[in-house]
Amino acid sequence: MSVSVEHYFVLSAILFVIGAYGVIARRNLIVVLMSLELMLNSANLAFVAFSRAHNDMTGQVFMIMSITVAAAEVAVGLALVVAVYAHRGTLDVDILKILKG
Amino acid sequence: METVVFYIFAALSVAGALLVITHNNPVSSAISLVLTLFSTAVLFVLLLAHFVAAIQILVYAGAIMILFLFTVMFLNLHPEALRFDARNMAFKVSVLLVVLLFTGYFAGMGFNKAFPGGAASSPPPEGFGTVEGIGKVLFTDYLLPFELTSVLILAAIIGVVAIAKRREN
Repeated sequence: MSVSVEHYFVLSAILFVIGAYGVIARRNLIVVLMSLELMLNSANLAFVAFSRAHNDMTGQVFMIMSITVAAAEVAVGLALVVAVYAHRGTLDVDILKILKG
Repeated sequence: METVVFYIFAALSVAGALLVITHNNPVSSAISLVLTLFSTAVLFVLLLAHFVAAIQILVYAGAIMILFLFTVMFLNLHPEALRFDARNMAFKVSVLLVVLLFTGYFAGMGFNKAFPGGAASSPPPEGFGTVEGIGKVLFTDYLLPFELTSVLILAAIIGVVAIAKRREN
C-alpha cells in the first residue's frame, strides 16, 4: 500500500481544522496568528500534493508565492501586535474590540 | 518505506499542531509550530518537492518562527493573560463546523471530478521539484506574479516600519 494524494489531502484538512479551531478558540493574539500560519501551511501542503498528483510544478510556484504572502502577513501582524500591546497592555482578543460598534 | 515515513511525520505534524493550540505558553506554541512546519517539509520531500522543502525550512521554520519568538520575548507576557476560553465558544464552533461541512463536501466533489477513480502517482517528469525546474517555471510563466510579490514585500516593509515606529510626542 503506497501513499496517495488522498492521504496528503486528508492530512491537510486535519491540520486546517486544528488551525481554524485555534483561531476561534484562543484568546492570545500571538497564538491566533500562529494558528493562522497552521492553516496557511495546510493549504501549502495541499498545493504541493496536488502539484505531485498532476506532475505540474505550478502548484509549487503557488506555494512559494503563498509563503511570501505569509511572511509579509506575519511581519505586519506582529508589528500590529506590538503596537496594540504598547497601546492597550493586553493581547486578549475578547478585550480588544475597539472597532466593534 | 515511504508509507512508514509518511505516517510518522503526518502524526508528528498533527501532534505539533495540537500542541500549538493547547499550550498556555506562547514560546512552547512557537516551538511546536516549528515541529509541524519541519514535519511538513519532510512530507514535501516525499512529494518530490525538494526546493519547496528547503524554502519551507529556511523561510517558515527559520525566519517566521524567529519573528514569532522575538515578539513573544519582546512583549514579556504575563501568564494570566494566556487563557483558552474565548467568548461565545459554542456559537463560533458551530459556525466553524457548518462551514467545514460545506467546504468538505465541495472539496470532495472537486476531488472526485479532478481524479476520477482515485489519483495514481505516475513517474515525475525530468527536473520535477528541483531548483532548475522551479526556476524555469517561475521566471517564464509566472514572472509577473513573482515581481508583484516583491512589491508586496516592499509594501509590507514600509507598513511594518510605519506601524512599529515610536511616536515622538
